[in-house]
Amino acid sequence: MSEYIIKNGNVYDPKTKVKGEVKDICIKDGKIVDKVSSKATSIDAKGKTVMAGGVEVHAHVAGPKVNEGRNFRPEDKLFSYQPAGKNTRMAGGFSIPTTFKTGYEYARMGYTTVMEAAMPPIYARHVHEEIKDTPIIDEAAFPVFGNNWFVFDYIKNNEMDNVMAYISWLLKTTKGYAIKIVNPGGSEAWGWGENCNTIHDPVPYFDITPAEIMTGLLKANEKMGLPHSIHVHTNNLGNPGNYETTLDTFKLTQGVKPNNKFGREQVLHHTHVQFHSYGGDSWGTFESKAKEIMDYVNANKNMTIDLGCVTLDETTTMTADGPFEHHLTTLNHLKWANVDVELETSSGIVPYIYDPNIKVCAIQWAIGLELALYAKDPMRTFITTDHPNAGPFTRYPRIYKWLMSDKSRQAMLKGFKHSDKVIAATNLASMDREISMYELAEMTRAGPAKALGLGNIFGGLDKGMDADVGIYDISEDKITDPEQIEKAFSSAEYVFKSGTLVVNHGEIVSNGNKRTLWVDAKIPVNKQVERDVQMKFLKYYSVNLNNYEVSDHYVPNPYVIEVDTN
Amino acid sequence: MSKCVTDVICPFCGTLCDDLIITTDDEGKKVTGVENACAIGAEKFLHSSDHAHRVTRPRKMQEDKSFKEISYDEAIEYTAQLLSKAKKPLMYGWSSTSCEAQSVGHEIAELCGAVVDNTAAVCHGTTLIALQNVGIPSCTLGEIKNRADRVVFWGCNPAHAHPRHMSRYSIFPRGYFTGKGSKQRKMIVVDPRCTDTSSIADIHLQVEQGYDYELLQALRAAVRGEPLSGDFIAGVPKERVIEAAETLKSGRFGVIFFGMGVTQSLGKDHNIDAAICLTKDLNDYTKFSIIAMRGHYNVTGSGQVLGWQFGFPYSVDLSRGFARYNPGETGTIEILKRQEADAVFVLGSDPGAHFPQQCVKEIAKLPSVAIDPHITPTTEICNVHVPVAFVGVEVGGNCYRMDNVPIESRKVVEPPEGMMTDQEFLSAVLKRVRELKAD
Repeated sequence: MSEYIIKNGNVYDPKTKVKGEVKDICIKDGKIVDKVSSKATSIDAKGKTVMAGGVEVHAHVAGPKVNEGRNFRPEDKLFSYQPAGKNTRMAGGFSIPTTFKTGYEYARMGYTTVMEAAMPPIYARHVHEEIKDTPIIDEAAFPVFGNNWFVFDYIKNNEMDNVMAYISWLLKTTKGYAIKIVNPGGSEAWGWGENCNTIHDPVPYFDITPAEIMTGLLKANEKMGLPHSIHVHTNNLGNPGNYETTLDTFKLTQGVKPNNKFGREQVLHHTHVQFHSYGGDSWGTFESKAKEIMDYVNANKNMTIDLGCVTLDETTTMTADGPFEHHLTTLNHLKWANVDVELETSSGIVPYIYDPNIKVCAIQWAIGLELALYAKDPMRTFITTDHPNAGPFTRYPRIYKWLMSDKSRQAMLKGFKHSDKVIAATNLASMDREISMYELAEMTRAGPAKALGLGNIFGGLDKGMDADVGIYDISEDKITDPEQIEKAFSSAEYVFKSGTLVVNHGEIVSNGNKRTLWVDAKIPVNKQVERDVQMKFLKYYSVNLNNYEVSDHYVPNPYVIEVDTN
Repeated sequence: MSKCVTDVICPFCGTLCDDLIITTDDEGKKVTGVENACAIGAEKFLHSSDHAHRVTRPRKMQEDKSFKEISYDEAIEYTAQLLSKAKKPLMYGWSSTSCEAQSVGHEIAELCGAVVDNTAAVCHGTTLIALQNVGIPSCTLGEIKNRADRVVFWGCNPAHAHPRHMSRYSIFPRGYFTGKGSKQRKMIVVDPRCTDTSSIADIHLQVEQGYDYELLQALRAAVRGEPLSGDFIAGVPKERVIEAAETLKSGRFGVIFFGMGVTQSLGKDHNIDAAICLTKDLNDYTKFSIIAMRGHYNVTGSGQVLGWQFGFPYSVDLSRGFARYNPGETGTIEILKRQEADAVFVLGSDPGAHFPQQCVKEIAKLPSVAIDPHITPTTEICNVHVPVAFVGVEVGGNCYRMDNVPIESRKVVEPPEGMMTDQEFLSAVLKRVRELKAD
């Protein structure tokens, strides 16, 4: 394999605590190394920013609801198509790009590892088919567990061994990576058109509460020592006053210590917290509770969050939170797709226009940024848009700009139609913190990689780590205009994926060697779980058990993370 | 001794039953028994292993319209030349093959600037347009089995077209919350005809042909408690409409299944708009879903693969170097009628039997290739016929059920010796097309 030396760049690498110092980065055989031979290709990075490849902790990029979104929104393709190139397929779509475009666009921004945030187990094969067709980036998918009937039964009866055996079996069967929980209990209740709005609402017919579901899965996750913690989207998303539900959820982690061999320090990751940080009791009194939320996060080291920043675009919301999407369609009256999934989850899709002229949208925009600016530990606060829910991932550079430049934020705040009301309902106007380049690397590289249990492989430039590197034409001390930030991060000058040069001056030059990560947690399926699985398939599923597993050939280039749970 | 393969997927209709048991002879060459399948599914397996009636090598049409056997290599060359020389080739079908094969086909289409279209063009394409207009509240078939107590069949006749649908998912099974099976369910059939499906319904609304839209909107009004005018609505007595609306509203979980009786009759996508809106309205009172009764076993899969690769479910025109979608303009039927295509490639469908005569004549005039295990009306009018192994019988591959659930089909017997699969043939064509385009 080729050798590279990236010379004289300003390196930002939280993993090795390098804060913008001028340094050479060497690449050999797909890994970061100390030195290379004289044959190495040299890349001049003088005056440029060098970081590890970006790590996406939460995005909806592959699978049934993403594709339903593509197919039911032909309008999303308008003005977005790029013809095929020398190394690329034709690619289109804005908020829900085609799989090819997803790969290319992430790579162009210097992102090299992406987590698909919600995989309904029965649709796992579909998720993997799309992942297979997404070039360049390494990917993994989180199966949803929070509304699963097996999980309900085992947790209700306090059968922790069975919960763990089932988790192990489902991760292996679906080639999944982590335990995702979406609106626990509420998505099951949606089967009857109902919901669980607090974490103590009982799930109809199942005699269990969301709090019990999350606590049970959290305990199982730590007992098993999985690389990632439970990945939670709690109840009551999107409603005014919901921050209390969010804090109630956070409190479930009290006193729980992480247990794993992957360097992960949190026991709960809460995703797209922007959607869960609302005060007020109606849209009229809607306000930011970002401070209350972040006070809790800052004080508790055993949890991490990602933002879910609103980018003020026309986008497509999609979530396994079925009742929320129904609520949304009654608010905006745009088309609504829903898929309830037997024994496992529900889901919904509704297009949404985050209009800066609408007060609530502008407040949502401010809350996402406030969360980041209140964060005391950028290693536990990650930048996302919950793609495509709060905005497409291609807008990340714009979020960097807002976070790194007070000037650009104040300009936005002043430009809103309801500027005064937005400023009154939020704290952003009074916040002058500007995220540094080093903090940016923590929030987009080292932090998410560590939270995923991948901190020794991805998100850093330490010797022996995967050579995922992005080089950007920007220098932290020479930024004169905030637009330079957005421009530089939108199109990296060079991107390496596992030591292969994949992007050269914004152009895709190789499709890399894409891998799919999944977790093999070695717990033997016990007799009880085996029997329960067989019975539930026989009686309640509409597919046979033997046709459920995702066969190996759908994951042609696997990266299996083995967990020895004993 | 015989061999037994369990959990076999039936490659016939969109019901995609996955519980078949196939018995083969010792060498795995001949199917000797099929259990659990419907009559059509069973026939598909039994018929395939009767190699005596099958064409096993490609054939080329001669001047006198007779066919002469050619080699696979010649067929590959012919197809690659045909597609790469054409300005706007039409690549139609894709509904009776695996997603893996579709994927290779799309790559060829992209290189050649083809129009890719599947059988939704003459089937549920209108459904796809409707869901682009108003969305679609839906669910998996297992949800119906476990929860549904109100089941509507509108413009479809599953007793004949999807024979195991009612027993596996919709009417008879006993699920988690439906322990009494069919006794717990109210079944409504909307069909101008009396059918074997309507004969077991609790309510049969014998809609006047072509008046589905009116009846759907009347139901929407009745569900909201609005007064209905006239004694008869779309040929149905007013009281029956009100009774049906009350039945729908009083359930705890309902579903509307609909077929070509409503997608391709007068009103087309507007009918489905109304049906989806009725479903959406019912969600204000109870829980309701709607599911299209997709025909070919993997027409849904074609829509999925097109969706993630190009962003549109059918009628995808790649001829300008980027994907365009405008049904009514970029669909197969329209393109053939306008005589815009200059080559035709058909795989996994039989347009010769199902298209309007004008379009069939156009196909016959154009240079053309048909890939199909059978001799069909299409293969008889195409210049080259390439026989391939049966997907789901002689080769596996992924398929999507009518509710979009992916199920990987299985190989149960060997294809006739030396016979290529869809995917192998397409991969060889792709390789050759790349060479030709590189020059």
